[in-house]
Amino acid sequence: MFLYTLKRLFQGLVTVWFIATATFFAMHNVPGDPLLNDRAVSEAIRANLESKYGLDQPLSTQYFIYLRNLSTGDFGISFTQENREVNDIIREHFPVSAILGILAVVFAATGGILFGALTAIYRNRLPDFIIMILVILGISVPSFVIAAMSQLALVSLNDLVGTTILPVAGWGTILHMLTPALVLGLGTMAYLTRLMRSSMLEVVGSDYIRTARSKGVPAPRIFTKHQIRNAILPVVTVLGPSIASITTGGFVVELVFAIPGLGRYFVQAVQQLDYTVIMGTTVFYGAFLVFMVILVDVLYGFIDPRVRLEK
Amino acid sequence: MSVLTPADFERIQYHQKTQNISRPSLSYWSDAWIRLKGNKRTLFSLYLIVGLLAFTILGPVFWNVDPAFQDLDQVSQAPGTSRLAIIVNDYEAWNGESDISIDALRLVDRATTMAVRLKWDTLPNASGYRVYRNIFPVGPEQAYGIPLVEYFDNTVLFFEDRLDLKPRRYYYSVVPMDDRGNLLDGYQSIAVDPIRVTTLDEARSKGLLTNESTLQAGDSINLSLHPLGTDYLGRDMLARLMEGARVSLFIGIGAPSLFILFGIFYGSVAGFIGGRVDQILMRFADFVVALPFLLFMILFKIAFGIGPGESGIFPMLVALVVLMWPATARLVRGQILQIREHGYIGASQLLGAKTNYLIFRHMLPNTLGVVLVTITFAIPSAIFIEAFLSFVGMGVAPPTPSWGSMSNEGIKNMLTSPHELILPAILISVTVLAFNLLGDGLRDALDARLRNQE
Repeated sequence: MFLYTLKRLFQGLVTVWFIATATFFAMHNVPGDPLLNDRAVSEAIRANLESKYGLDQPLSTQYFIYLRNLSTGDFGISFTQENREVNDIIREHFPVSAILGILAVVFAATGGILFGALTAIYRNRLPDFIIMILVILGISVPSFVIAAMSQLALVSLNDLVGTTILPVAGWGTILHMLTPALVLGLGTMAYLTRLMRSSMLEVVGSDYIRTARSKGVPAPRIFTKHQIRNAILPVVTVLGPSIASITTGGFVVELVFAIPGLGRYFVQAVQQLDYTVIMGTTVFYGAFLVFMVILVDVLYGFIDPRVRLEK
Repeated sequence: MSVLTPADFERIQYHQKTQNISRPSLSYWSDAWIRLKGNKRTLFSLYLIVGLLAFTILGPVFWNVDPAFQDLDQVSQAPGTSRLAIIVNDYEAWNGESDISIDALRLVDRATTMAVRLKWDTLPNASGYRVYRNIFPVGPEQAYGIPLVEYFDNTVLFFEDRLDLKPRRYYYSVVPMDDRGNLLDGYQSIAVDPIRVTTLDEARSKGLLTNESTLQAGDSINLSLHPLGTDYLGRDMLARLMEGARVSLFIGIGAPSLFILFGIFYGSVAGFIGGRVDQILMRFADFVVALPFLLFMILFKIAFGIGPGESGIFPMLVALVVLMWPATARLVRGQILQIREHGYIGASQLLGAKTNYLIFRHMLPNTLGVVLVTITFAIPSAIFIEAFLSFVGMGVAPPTPSWGSMSNEGIKNMLTSPHELILPAILISVTVLAFNLLGDGLRDALDARLRNQE
């Protein structure tokens, strides 16, 4: 298990290097000049700026400087905001995105597992139909539409009651987080519900459930100990990639709900062609995702004994 | 042991019937088609997709309206067919004169989309006035709306609004100010419903009237028809939805076809050659999978760069292909690895089949079912991604409409004209839903394990 974890961590590091390289060369192909915004810069200033940022060096040298800085955790200084390190920006905005993402994943996972199990148990009956219609909606309606609609619903709800029950936008208290997290997690929840339903259907019809029932295990115990625990495995495997899609997909929700997260900041940086911020955020996100997937895979070993025994 | 005579080698009559073909044999594809037809949801989704394609391709033939044309008489017009406008005389300047007695905020003349004329009486303590317009009544939180004018003179008691008037209800408020421009209590408010008007000259210049027409001021006239309304720039929604469908479906169908072709090639090479090459190729695919998807979509899109006047469809297509091929490659490789071990491949090799023959005759056709299912699921996700990116302003550049960019524009006017958001959103959802249902049905129909279960 330990060796397996070590191996996965090493692979993860190589993957992060690949992400950093891809980001670097993609950014180098971006047309435009980072030092030429609106104001004309004189030749001398320009040369000074270029040497300060190392832009007068050949590409390979720039690449190695970039890698060396990355390995010490230095993402550089923002090109558009004075005296702001990319590290500061990440430190300030990432926690917001992370909290939103974690809440969304929690919503998605608990909702998906619960609803999926319910639909399998009530197969072809009313709860199954209702939940599956909601699932189809969750899969086919884009999250920005759901976000806008939920804002409209909140406005009329708040109007109806007379006070603000749930804020429509912004960030700060737990109340601000609920709606955006729900909206963000909805697509994944729908996906997980489908997955859980099909794996639960397989489990419900299997022999060991019949055995458990025939030897008199009470139904709630079968449900939690035998059915859920076995059916949950495929859901856990996709949880890693789900975290990835939720955290990187968060910027749409952040935009609609005016949440000061890293995703919204990234979009803003792209619009302003803030090279270091774009590169830093991308590499940071990439590394975060890679290690989340590894974490989930390693945890998977604890849930499924077969994985542990194989290694 | 007796001696064998030639008679012993005579063929004996064989009576037993070996096989009885009771029904015509079915090929894999005809069997799949029969089961596809039996699935109501799949059939429904097929009709939906055919309808969408007809809407996209044939739509512009029947509704031949320029999607970029701005009908400024009907900005943010809700869907519907009532397009009556009253013809009025040309606009004449107004200097605040009126015949009616003014005791409070009053409307002078008839309120039209050409002008709304207001007069009011002196308000207590006012040394000036500010006039506001809102689309909601002024509530207890005193939301007056947008300020239209400010008079630092308490003798000016009239105002004429000609700013972007639409045939809907407005709430005008006059708020008194003190001499430093601070608002005082005691505002007056009035609800106004302007009627849609046009002048003869305007109607003529827009081709709504012929020169011989005998219509007079006071008669009514039909403005040009927009069955699904117009957007915030007065562009016809139906025409834009058709144009946007072309962009969305082009990306949605084009990108998956391309990256699946590449994925098949990559995966079959890796699977067939195997060994070290396979390991290296698949390792690289793993790297590409690890890239944070949406961020890299944006990165690649700006890296390819779009010049002025370009729509950015092509960069988006390339970015999608570059990032989405590994899933197909993995799938095809897995299939090829499985098929390679099957007995019929060995048999074919024994009969002298060449590598090319093996790949094109046996291996690829057998992966086709899985690939078809992947395509149908890749189409909705590509449409989703296009909509996402266009929504955050990183996708198709305006003025080219796509459903995503139309939703992006619509969300800004969500409260006042919801149809601008709802119509493209419905189209995105229906398309994604149709392709998802089709994918489900195809998967069930093509799954060989399910084939003999009935």
